[in-house]
Amino acid sequence: MQRFVMAVDQGTTSTRCIVFDQNARLVAVAQREHRQYHPRPGWVEQDAVEIWRNVDRIVPQALRQAGITADQVVAMGITNQRETFVLWDRHTGVPIGRAIVWEDIRTEDLVAELGRKPGIEEVRDRCGLPLATYFSAPSLRWMLDNVAGLRAKAERGDVLFGTMDTWLIWNLTGGVNGGLHVTDVTNASRTMLMNLSTRQWDPMLLEFFGVPAPMLPEIRPSTEISGTTTRVVPGIAITAALGDQHAALFGQACFEKGSIKGTYGTGGFLLMNTGDELVRSKHGLLTTIGYQIGGEPAYALEGSIAVAGSLVQWFRDNLGLIHSAPEIETLARTVKDNGGCYIVPAFSGLFAPHWLAQARGLVVGLTSYINKGHLARAVLEATGWQTREVVDAMNADLGAPTPVLKVDGGMTADHLLMQFIADVLDIPVVRPLVAETVSLGAAYAAGLAAGYWPDLEGLRRNWHLAARWNPAMEARHREDEYANWKRAVELTFAWARSTPST
Amino acid sequence: MSHVTAAQRQRFDNVDTPHPRTCDRPVTLRAGKAFQGCFQGRCRPYRFDIADTGRLNYVSRVPGPIQSIERAAAVLRLLARGSGHHGLTEIADSLGLARGTAHGILRTLQRVEFVEQDQATGRYRLGAALLHLGTSYLDANELRSRSINWADTLAARSGQEVRIGMHHDGSVLVVHHVFRPDDSVQTLGIGAMLPLHATALGKVLLAYDPDLSATVRRRELTSLTRRTITRPQMLERVLTEVRGQGWAGEAEEYMPGEASVAAPIRIPGGLVVGAIGVSGAADRLCDSAGRPRATLVRQVCQAAEAVTTSLVDEN
Repeated sequence: MQRFVMAVDQGTTSTRCIVFDQNARLVAVAQREHRQYHPRPGWVEQDAVEIWRNVDRIVPQALRQAGITADQVVAMGITNQRETFVLWDRHTGVPIGRAIVWEDIRTEDLVAELGRKPGIEEVRDRCGLPLATYFSAPSLRWMLDNVAGLRAKAERGDVLFGTMDTWLIWNLTGGVNGGLHVTDVTNASRTMLMNLSTRQWDPMLLEFFGVPAPMLPEIRPSTEISGTTTRVVPGIAITAALGDQHAALFGQACFEKGSIKGTYGTGGFLLMNTGDELVRSKHGLLTTIGYQIGGEPAYALEGSIAVAGSLVQWFRDNLGLIHSAPEIETLARTVKDNGGCYIVPAFSGLFAPHWLAQARGLVVGLTSYINKGHLARAVLEATGWQTREVVDAMNADLGAPTPVLKVDGGMTADHLLMQFIADVLDIPVVRPLVAETVSLGAAYAAGLAAGYWPDLEGLRRNWHLAARWNPAMEARHREDEYANWKRAVELTFAWARSTPST
Repeated sequence: MSHVTAAQRQRFDNVDTPHPRTCDRPVTLRAGKAFQGCFQGRCRPYRFDIADTGRLNYVSRVPGPIQSIERAAAVLRLLARGSGHHGLTEIADSLGLARGTAHGILRTLQRVEFVEQDQATGRYRLGAALLHLGTSYLDANELRSRSINWADTLAARSGQEVRIGMHHDGSVLVVHHVFRPDDSVQTLGIGAMLPLHATALGKVLLAYDPDLSATVRRRELTSLTRRTITRPQMLERVLTEVRGQGWAGEAEEYMPGEASVAAPIRIPGGLVVGAIGVSGAADRLCDSAGRPRATLVRQVCQAAEAVTTSLVDEN
């Protein structure tokens, strides 16, 4: 009887169930989108019950599509959008309001207020993250402050907190009838409530954010979830959970210290495995857990680019210079270079490594010579230079340059961009054959825990090269261009300073 | 036409639409053998045949005007004059069509990008595709973006390297390339130009483009190996075969020891815009008789169909 591994990928816009075989080949994919709620400006919510119902549909659907039964599935791995969380009643399983999504910025004022509280430096030191609306703790605090009676119930443990992995595992393993209330270290590392050294909820952080401990799930290593489904399709072992970017790191087989993966979609997410070394970034990166297989975790540095593919969408939808996103490459190839034009897409501030929320985007170097082809180049190059800034910061923090960048995500179809990234980093950029690295990473972790794959070496053998872009830019030209980009970024700071506060 | 009742309109509208159920019939036919059948439409008999691609081709036995095409032409003429912006009701009323019919025609024209709809006002205008009709049907980077997952799947299944090609300036332009998944040192070949007459990708592009194949046959066919097809008549015969079987093969015609297999990528309506194929060592791709292995041909054709479907879905 042939056996398979299943991954459930609970993403920001949709939930997918993918079945893989032992050679890491994709056997079936089922997917359902869920609604995004924007009840007020800056608020982004999702219905956790809708997401749960989607899982209830896509898991049997994927099994049907693969033509297999539940007993052929050796293990299930969960991966999920990070930081998004939901609160629910332990006794009824009914959520308290909707899930608050990582994009939600309702806590801007609260974050500013918390930032002035004594002990804030200590917070960053313990959890590895800068205080931002993006992470779970400020939004959780907002819920506790704004929903009547919630805090008392949370203190009694009648209301439970969970990131989406926790919510799905609790429901899959029985819900009100003994569902497991657990999370994995990578998801916990994105809440601002976990201590990176102990990998447990930190009393000081709970105190700082005013979060009652009884509502929190148990933190486990990524491959020690140890649950069994009793609902949807009963009898499948849930053996692993990982946040989506961590799963991509694992799916890209970035097991060595210093290896980096970059996922290019709407934004760009770069993670570097720093091995057993907990590196506290001096260059504007986040410290997080890469994954934990067994006793010791692999730590990671993360640098996020807020605007990558979304700049191409803006170019298409707001400027109307192209009809579809891939046409940006066609337009960019109508000219041989950027003509001296640079676009810094600080639409809502700059993320890593600058972390300047007030920065705003700009286009510089305009002359009468510049046409839409040059602008298209500048759009693509912006993602290249932002990658360079993050990789430079990673190399500086680790003290050794990375030899290669492993890429995935929709933008890897852009040949010009991938070549440009190789050129500006001056290292090869490689793309693996399996594009679904997030799901694959969850499947890998689950299969590893269940003994389906023997060890990391076995997984590494499944990684096959689909494309490789070698650097070909002259060093002098690269450094001149990089200097121009840095000047353009500095101008966004100047603009931020000169903007009167409102 | 205001005196025409809705029921009458409905009858007019159905006249030239073949019964849809007929084309949903599962096609289980042996390759190489065309199937023919007949059924009675509302006013004309139709003949249809099923090519090896599993696609139904309707051919009117009595060549006569097809009303929906005439109506589509009228819609385009209407949009081409005056303000150039019209709402659905305006268009339907001007041409004396039922709103449903006009809507169907507009949706179809929109799908082939001959018509665009203003998102804010809902009004229709001529599409940008009409302006560069004949220059390009599909952006090369768009094709790569849409086909990347299927090309990866083909490389994983076949164990061979995969290329997607489009015609450019008398050659095959490689718009996408996936390495052979054995982690050996390979060079990314995106942007490379390949000869049309000596590669499987090129033969597919030639087979479905009469003008291009006529041009190529008039030129001297460069000999690259001792097996390269250099006689125009021979090439013509091979291209007929390609159309008959729905895929192209080549063994040692481009490089000694190398072979390739490719199949056509189509846009809605059937127009071939590119080709997807595998290439590799001839002894691995071909059987002892020098013919491409059947499994491989099936994998290539499935990938081509999958890309074709993804172009239909997202258009």
